[in-house]
Amino acid sequence: MLIRKPDAIPSSEITPKATYLNRRNFIAGAAIAGTAAVTGVAFRDLADLVDPSLTAQANAKIDGLQKSPFSTTEKETPYKDVTNYNNFYEFSTDKYEPADLAKNFKTRPWTVTIDGDVKKKQVLDVDAIMKMAAPEERIYRHRCVEGWSIVVPWVGFSLSELIKRADPLPKAKYVEFTTLYDPKQMPGQRTSVLQWPYLEGLRMDEAMHPLALLCFGMYGEALPNQDGAPLRLVLPWKYGFKSAKSIVRIRFTGDQPLNTWQQYAPREYGFYSNVNPNVDHPRWSQAKERRLGEFLKRPTLMFNGYDQVASLYSGMDLKKNF
Amino acid sequence: MTFRLTKIAIFLAALIPLERLLWKAFHDGLGANPIEVITHSTGDWTLILVLTTLSITPLRRITRQYWLIGVRRMIGLFAFFYGTLHFLTYIWLDKFFDVHEMLKDIGKRRFITVGFSAFVLMIPLALTSTAWSIRRLGGKRWQRLHRLIYLTGILAVIHYFWLVKADHRKPIAYGVVLSILLLYRVGVRMSEKASERREQQAPAASRAEVTKA
Repeated sequence: MLIRKPDAIPSSEITPKATYLNRRNFIAGAAIAGTAAVTGVAFRDLADLVDPSLTAQANAKIDGLQKSPFSTTEKETPYKDVTNYNNFYEFSTDKYEPADLAKNFKTRPWTVTIDGDVKKKQVLDVDAIMKMAAPEERIYRHRCVEGWSIVVPWVGFSLSELIKRADPLPKAKYVEFTTLYDPKQMPGQRTSVLQWPYLEGLRMDEAMHPLALLCFGMYGEALPNQDGAPLRLVLPWKYGFKSAKSIVRIRFTGDQPLNTWQQYAPREYGFYSNVNPNVDHPRWSQAKERRLGEFLKRPTLMFNGYDQVASLYSGMDLKKNF
Repeated sequence: MTFRLTKIAIFLAALIPLERLLWKAFHDGLGANPIEVITHSTGDWTLILVLTTLSITPLRRITRQYWLIGVRRMIGLFAFFYGTLHFLTYIWLDKFFDVHEMLKDIGKRRFITVGFSAFVLMIPLALTSTAWSIRRLGGKRWQRLHRLIYLTGILAVIHYFWLVKADHRKPIAYGVVLSILLLYRVGVRMSEKASERREQQAPAASRAEVTKA
């Protein structure tokens, strides 16, 4: 795989970057509601507006992308939204701020430490990791625990490719992921909103599932900083916070890792955090979600519609193991 | 005349948050999740305006700008106005008039329960905001009724505190301001009681002196 500077193929050919708001839904919504004409007009007009200057800086294009059978055909969320609406508490708890605050975030040089119960403890350069397997484009649904969702064309390959090469010991039952801790670069880490560094974890069979994506790009380009550059996870059947960003360490272990959100509020966030419309967050319902750009909420699907992971949890009480 | 102008200026200023929202709505400024922005913004301004009405009395006393009482009703009604927008955003844009789901929410989600209560408590205050109502109820009773705003303020801050995921800095800031405003009232009440007691004791003491002489 090669990463070059942007060239002849405009990114617009790969992805529609133009703003997409489901016009018909907005109009229908406004019409049914009937009253409050002003607001209705406001929403309809949202559909007409595009500000190309808000789209992120030109990123390095990733060549030779293979298509994936896991990709959805659903309408992709505009690039502008995915890069300007980020839950990345290392930078800010305000979703609109990471785009700006991560502007100068240094993603090179970048190494990832592979350690714990593994045969080959090593420190890998992120560019070496990216060459481990052929890059695929995977268009996944992404559901946030807060009740909104997006559809993103991620770039990467199955996490299992890296795990196989790391060669974990039989006693390694879990994998733990650590996000960079660097308060100088990440202003959110100067606050104690969460305990830093951010930790996430997976059971080994979850981590080995082909859907689990080791991700370093999106929309055909290198990952923007505010979306977790240079290396992150994408676990489409789990709530977004499970997909750790800006990973610097992958540790294999026999004990179930205590992920940051569970550590913060164990009653509200579990280890598994699979998307599940039948298990509400203690403070809000998870039955529905708002796809960004749509007016009406849509029902949330079990495992976010990725039924192929169901066998990983057969026999488990998902109300207890939320 | 200047007071009239001041009132007009405050009226126009109180509309700015709504105008900003509308302007953004027409200029692609509401970002990826417009409904969330509208919900948060109307909620924020409701709280700010509730705190503003609560600060009128302390401000009047401290700065001796007694005319301020004349704008309190308007600010209170604007608090109710933004509260109504906030509530409408919830029932229309968020729940889309799904009554069943809303009832479930109000019963089950404590942050909705307290937020809803905070809003409902403002309704009688808005309804009795006229001079006619004050005459009708009598100043004392009217005043007692309008102390419900303290409860609205407390519930609104709790509503905000309970809904955030992890970053409690803003709801805590609102809570601190509210506490100062409420504690000020407690302080005033206590010093009034103390001076009343002194007044009751003082005449007795002077009488004692008279008999001694």
